[in-house]
Amino acid sequence: MANIDVKQDPAVSNEPAIDITGMNKWYGDFHVLRDINLSVYRGERIVICGPSGSGKSTLIRCINRLEQHQSGRIVVDGIELTDDVKKIDEIRREVGMVFQHFNLFPHLTVLENCALAPIWVRKMPKAEAERAAMKYLQRVKIPEQAAKYPGQLSGGQQQRVAIARSLCMNPKIMLFDEPTSALDPEMIKEVLEVMVDLAQSGMTMLCVTHEMGFARQVANRVIFMDQGQIVEQNSPQLFFSNPKSERTKLFLSQILH
Amino acid sequence: MSTLSPSVAWVRDEEAPRLPPPPNMTGIAGWIGANMFPNWYNGVLSVLFLLFIAMVVGNLIDWALLKAVFVADDRTACVASPEGACWAYVRAKFAQWIYGFYPIDQRWRVNLAFLLGIGGLIPMLIPRIPYKRETVLYLLFIFPIATLILLTGGHFQFSAASWISVLVSLLIFAAIMLALSFGAGLLARGAALRIVGIVAAVVIAIMIILSVDFGLNPVETSQWGGLLVTLVVAITGIVASLPLGILLALGRRSDMPAVRVFSVVFIEVWRGVPLITVLFMASVMLPLFLPAGVNFDKLLRCLIGVALFSSAYMAEVVRGGLQAIPKGQYEAANALGLTYWQSMGLIILPQALKIVIPGIVNNFISLFKDTTLVSIIGLFDLLGIVQSGFQDPKWASPQTGASGYFAAAVLFWMFCFLMSRYSMFMERRLTTTHRR
Repeated sequence: MANIDVKQDPAVSNEPAIDITGMNKWYGDFHVLRDINLSVYRGERIVICGPSGSGKSTLIRCINRLEQHQSGRIVVDGIELTDDVKKIDEIRREVGMVFQHFNLFPHLTVLENCALAPIWVRKMPKAEAERAAMKYLQRVKIPEQAAKYPGQLSGGQQQRVAIARSLCMNPKIMLFDEPTSALDPEMIKEVLEVMVDLAQSGMTMLCVTHEMGFARQVANRVIFMDQGQIVEQNSPQLFFSNPKSERTKLFLSQILH
Repeated sequence: MSTLSPSVAWVRDEEAPRLPPPPNMTGIAGWIGANMFPNWYNGVLSVLFLLFIAMVVGNLIDWALLKAVFVADDRTACVASPEGACWAYVRAKFAQWIYGFYPIDQRWRVNLAFLLGIGGLIPMLIPRIPYKRETVLYLLFIFPIATLILLTGGHFQFSAASWISVLVSLLIFAAIMLALSFGAGLLARGAALRIVGIVAAVVIAIMIILSVDFGLNPVETSQWGGLLVTLVVAITGIVASLPLGILLALGRRSDMPAVRVFSVVFIEVWRGVPLITVLFMASVMLPLFLPAGVNFDKLLRCLIGVALFSSAYMAEVVRGGLQAIPKGQYEAANALGLTYWQSMGLIILPQALKIVIPGIVNNFISLFKDTTLVSIIGLFDLLGIVQSGFQDPKWASPQTGASGYFAAAVLFWMFCFLMSRYSMFMERRLTTTHRR
């Protein structure tokens, strides 16, 4: 795939945070990801969009090995993903993930949800982990819910807790897997605000979403996927104003009214 | 947009009043009206059923209280009242029901063991009391060993053969753990070595403690009986089956074929065999397979059989809980970098076990009652000893059997009901999914 000149941004470095080359993945006989080549530079905010079933979620789930790829290379933060459990754990410590359905732990309070991984994975003392957790809950603007259980919160609040939970591990890269798709319309904004704030702080972000306003506002690259391939990538301005491929045009005409 | 006709357009200009519910929804009269006499045929059924209950309860009171014999030295009074329960017999035999044929001057040891157990259970079961970890360690290690020494008298003489078989088992265990960690990468190497070291040290320490002479008279397990045997078998089964069942359930869902096949075969074999067969195998056939010189106590063999049998059942209950946990929970735990054991121990199992509390307690209760089967291999559990007392010519009367069985049923029911109530209490306490 030809290299596309992405928007120059002083926050983006030349050092790749994620480097995917010639990656393929199959579910049984079905070839879900075909010849994926993608380099994500530190500080980049990438939005991945495409019709459902195009492999966008599968792609970002390969980056922290929730899905296995069968050929090609994925290098995350200088570590190549293989079957080595230790390396997988090492990568997962540095890569945060936010899911469509939040996946908070319902038997733990909001604070415990956030402090759990720092305590057990980073071996942080409990008090320190809880202090850090409060800091991130503050940042997603729900410190007052710390003692509640996830089931007592609204969807938007739960998703913000999920973001805080990932941030508590101090990740270098954040993956968002359709973070607003399961939310009621009036709650999407509060989650997007947190994500914009995070993007402005310089976090490397890969975000599968259909929130095109978000893509315009913070992304420095938009990737369009269809049928398991990366079809087009460009800066958001050019992507939206001047899509090259027919499939992109069709997709955009369907989601932008 | 079309205009609505004036008859459809409408605006509420006064609040509808908030009224109390109609009287037939509240109060005792309302409840009876709604639930017992909502229409004529349900009313007839209610009356008939109330009459039936009154009849049964009346007869029961008649038998158990009015015509019953409470105090007597032998059968004479009970024979004279053939339509009332013979509680005097129950009173006379009660101590034997509890202790079996345990020597009367040594019964304090059983009492002390009961006290030690209750002393651990109460702080364990009441959530408010702190030091849960210490209590669990006490209940899992100190209490069983203390009880074993108290009840048997300790001072075990382990033969060379038993030492060798223990050491061989430890070596096999170490090999499995090391294979799991170095080969399969399922465990951190340090953790594997630590677990092997701790288990070996604990096993050897236990064997040494057991061989110390505390100056207690030895009491053969053949002299144990009654509630003592019932509780020993049930508690051992319960305590052993839960962790074993959890491991088997995790094994059955493991990605590693060897672990999965082992778990499946183990579960299906033990679950496919009746408990009576297991007990017969344990008492008659197991000794044939063991090396000469290694001789297990009959009760111990039965305990092992019961524990393995119930762990197979427990495994399937736990597996049900594991399958009920959404995939997203596993993924979130993985994405945070938790290891397999951390995500199981911190995320998956706490939720899965909470879901299957009713199933787990169901197993506990059925295990408690299944202990009555040990009487077929010549151990006298509570029911067995109640039955054996019927042969006593001193107490032979028309109502001796009925009174004995009734009292035994009440005893069993009390234990099972307590377990059931406690589990419901825990279920309510652990609920965190209350929606707003």
